[in-house]
Amino acid sequence: MTWQKLKNPQIAWRAAQDIQDGAYVNLGIGIPEMVAKFQPEGRHITYHTENGVLGFGAAPGEGDEDWDLINAGKKAITLNPGASFFHHADSFAMVRGGHLDLAVLGAYQIAQNGDLANWRVGSKGVPAVGGAMDLVHGAKRVAVITDHTTKDGKPKLVEQCTFPLTGVACITRVYTSLAVVDIEGGQFILREKLPEMSFDELQSLTGATLHTGGDVGALTPPELS
Amino acid sequence: MDKTLPNLQAAVSSITDDAVLMIGGFGGSGAPIELIHALIDRYKATGSPANLTVINNNAGNGKIGIAAMIDAGMVAKMICSFPRSSDPRAFTDKYLAGEIALELVPQGTLAERIRAAGAGIPAFFTPASYGTELASGKQIQEFDGVSYVLEHWLKADFAIVKGAVGDTHGNLTYRLAARNFNPLMCMAADKTIAQVSKITSPGGIEPEEVVTPGLFVDGVVQVSDSKQEEVLIRTGVEYA
Repeated sequence: MTWQKLKNPQIAWRAAQDIQDGAYVNLGIGIPEMVAKFQPEGRHITYHTENGVLGFGAAPGEGDEDWDLINAGKKAITLNPGASFFHHADSFAMVRGGHLDLAVLGAYQIAQNGDLANWRVGSKGVPAVGGAMDLVHGAKRVAVITDHTTKDGKPKLVEQCTFPLTGVACITRVYTSLAVVDIEGGQFILREKLPEMSFDELQSLTGATLHTGGDVGALTPPELS
Repeated sequence: MDKTLPNLQAAVSSITDDAVLMIGGFGGSGAPIELIHALIDRYKATGSPANLTVINNNAGNGKIGIAAMIDAGMVAKMICSFPRSSDPRAFTDKYLAGEIALELVPQGTLAERIRAAGAGIPAFFTPASYGTELASGKQIQEFDGVSYVLEHWLKADFAIVKGAVGDTHGNLTYRLAARNFNPLMCMAADKTIAQVSKITSPGGIEPEEVVTPGLFVDGVVQVSDSKQEEVLIRTGVEYA
């Protein structure tokens, strides 16, 4: 059967469905930032950014940017009613102190025990880590949004990461372009997959054994541009 | 007591060769751009201060601010979490040529090491970087079944920061998200100099509005037409 992998906004949409009303959430730079666009109607979610803002909203229109008001990706933001500012140490107290309900990050590789590699792919060039090594610790749930494979088709869900680690046993759920996978007891547990795709085909694109812990749901986000 | 400094030249005059220098801001937000440029002017005129260790979240962007300091050759080492930006050429070139040292620190660890220095806490344990190459050689200890990495305080000889309003006692407020590392750095340096858009007399800032108490600040200089670093970069300004 033919299948088409999800586009990034569709992966973000799926991740957004799991965020409960009232949650405090940090969205990593890049694709994870898209999750905010798909916040389900009727839920109030407060977004945290590492450089000291809680309760920020959408990007301002072009020309309306105030460059003192940015997020951790150095993009201009706006404030929602009830927003607050704080310094960097308080900001990371919110992270490490277990006060955030969810952090969503990008990934180069995720291992079946929950190890994450997302900050560098080798020893060349200028290393830069930002807040990634802090963000993987402390939030009540730490999830990843990623393509299921690399651009050249290699699995990103693996037995053991070969790229330098960001954190050890820190990821609890992975939203990919093909599936939703939980990490429990050192195993990948398949929760949802594209309905057109067979389990065997998904397994062949995954670098470690996929376990099933009951029914596997259909991953069917709406068409999104 | 009046901590007002007459001008930018006077504000940066005490910063010495080989100093450890904290520079506030996160990207362009809260970056004390006029103090940085006054420091570059002094270096170009006198050759001092040279061989600086600079602590900032980033390592400069474009051709102004910290990037211009690096281009000028004043910076021997950066301690930062993210030495990349939209235009990281200044740091990247020198780093790949082996002409500048880098101590890479996770962002939350950087903030807490600075806070700890200001608070008189010589070391602390954090979960960040456990099991990664950035924990290499560091002491690990388990608490309640979880492993943590020992990190040391990070002190500085000088800090230059940007506030919004200051008073003559050194009390400071900050504009929007320009707060970021600035209040922490004020605490952690032997001598802290703040540039502000406006200096008021004591009482000009409501006590409830003070973010950094003046006790942490040694000098305040007014830069009433202060520029925003990101705006300068986006308009193509170069400070060479």
